[in-house]
Amino acid sequence: MKVTVASGKGGTGKTTLVTNLALSLTQLERVQVLDCDVEEPNSNLFLGAELTHLENIEIMTPVVDAEKCDGCGKCVRFCQYNSLALAKEKVLVFSEMCHGCGGCKLVCPQNAISEEPRTIGVVEGGNIGALMDKETKEIQTPHIEFLQGLLKPSEPMAVPIIKALKKRMWDDGAVLLDAPPGTSCPVIEALRGSDFCLLVTEPTPFGLHDLKLAVDVVRSMEIPFGVIINRDGAGNDEVRKYCSNESIRVLLSIPESMEIAKLYSDGIPFVTKMDQWPVRFQNLWSDIEKMASAAQMAKVGEVK
Amino acid sequence: MKQLTVISGKGGTGKTTVTASFAALAENAVLADCDVDAADLHLILKPEVISTHDFFGLKLAHIDYDLCTRCGQCVRHCRFDAIDDDINIIADRCEGCGVCQFVCPVDAISMKERLSGHSHISSTRFGPMAHARLFTAEEASGKLVAVVRNNARILAYEQKRGIIIIDGPPGIGCPVISAISGVDICLIVTEPSLSGMHDLERVLEVTAHFKIPSLVCINKCDINPDNSAKIKSFCKEAGVGVVGELVYDRSVTQAQIKGLSVVEYDDGEVSQSLKAMWNRIMEILDQIK
Repeated sequence: MKVTVASGKGGTGKTTLVTNLALSLTQLERVQVLDCDVEEPNSNLFLGAELTHLENIEIMTPVVDAEKCDGCGKCVRFCQYNSLALAKEKVLVFSEMCHGCGGCKLVCPQNAISEEPRTIGVVEGGNIGALMDKETKEIQTPHIEFLQGLLKPSEPMAVPIIKALKKRMWDDGAVLLDAPPGTSCPVIEALRGSDFCLLVTEPTPFGLHDLKLAVDVVRSMEIPFGVIINRDGAGNDEVRKYCSNESIRVLLSIPESMEIAKLYSDGIPFVTKMDQWPVRFQNLWSDIEKMASAAQMAKVGEVK
Repeated sequence: MKQLTVISGKGGTGKTTVTASFAALAENAVLADCDVDAADLHLILKPEVISTHDFFGLKLAHIDYDLCTRCGQCVRHCRFDAIDDDINIIADRCEGCGVCQFVCPVDAISMKERLSGHSHISSTRFGPMAHARLFTAEEASGKLVAVVRNNARILAYEQKRGIIIIDGPPGIGCPVISAISGVDICLIVTEPSLSGMHDLERVLEVTAHFKIPSLVCINKCDINPDNSAKIKSFCKEAGVGVVGELVYDRSVTQAQIKGLSVVEYDDGEVSQSLKAMWNRIMEILDQIK
């Protein structure tokens, strides 16, 4: 089952949720974690996998052969991203603006444009030991497989990296995706094909406002979802009221706690220090499974 | 006219909290909310909208199925996987490049304008404000950020305002680059967690690449004093000034619930620190020609 953790507002606890849930699930299932927040991936600060480089992510950008180019400007007019300009009948390429559509090469009547790959980021991965079994003190296998994408600073395009990362996604087992904040294209790309979405929020006006936006997104994508309230108690009850009015289930709340905040700041997943939590995350997972399969059944019913 | 952008790398470190207080403290500013896909500044500034404009982002391919012969040329040439094997356009993947239209042998594809959001010009109790709303699931947030910044510049010229205070988006990608390009100073709000520190380092690489002077504010600095000390020594080595340290205080959330900036809500320790930080930033901006 593929579960994406998203939020709208940044800093509400997506990574906290993904990493603690992943570690709690290792006692039950094979777990794969994909950090799709390729601009600022943080999951591995908590999971601590030894990462190996898996692939460079490249987009194809144009190179203009000045001898063949007659300065007709067709490529410049075709480009939707302002990455080509004509100066004194010569074509200049601003490759950081290029989305790599390949259109300029297609439209050039002189065959003056070729393409070269430009690396915009990487995909890395590694394995992580699981929680220790309390009785036997044995490290449980299987481990977590962890993968992350990393956008090169100063590069604008996150989506190609998220796509490459998701090509490595398992078909079975527990697959957890840590989405970037916001509601635009990178979030959609992370969410696409998910069986379920957990929306993490905090009980504040900002949290509620951005939760509503995120709910719009998952509803429009027809992905079943539930809400997690983080730092519960720090603000007001408006998030709960909203969820109850909209018939949205609040699946878990994590209280405002100095202990949790301190563990977070040191990069320590709190399930490894607070005994009562792994079972709560396991229960969360079985709720998710029930809701996802009910939604699946409903969909099949509709088709029939 | 000076421009200051507040960014963070990591989300939720307190960009909007800081920006709202700066808005209250500044005497001659235009406010711009450039976090166009999860904007929150308006929840505190409560802008009265004066005018709204449609924002057309990237174009969207449209197929005339009466003409389409299902030859599949468009599918093969699309680099964004935006046309599936049954020749359906997947709208939220389409980047509007126009390649499908170009390669279609029967002219069945046209590129249509796509309404992707709205930009607003407003007034607030602290002065004029430029902001926007990108529809959910849309591309081109960088382009909309550029529209907001342009509106803010026009407001500043028209009303002879000396500074534009920009609330930036999280991350380091397209909308962030658009929100910081050409500004005089970036203020990076971070927190003393490993995540905050990691993201600070990455966002500093971006500001360095675009040669924008950066300053740092450590929010909730007392949650992990060791990490706060590490941030300070890291910044010292990197030649980046730490201009503010804010303690964790529940008044910050209480102010948000009341719809007020922290400096309006009370005159506690966080308010004092915000005022001192604002004065320091103004001094530094004054030195920049």
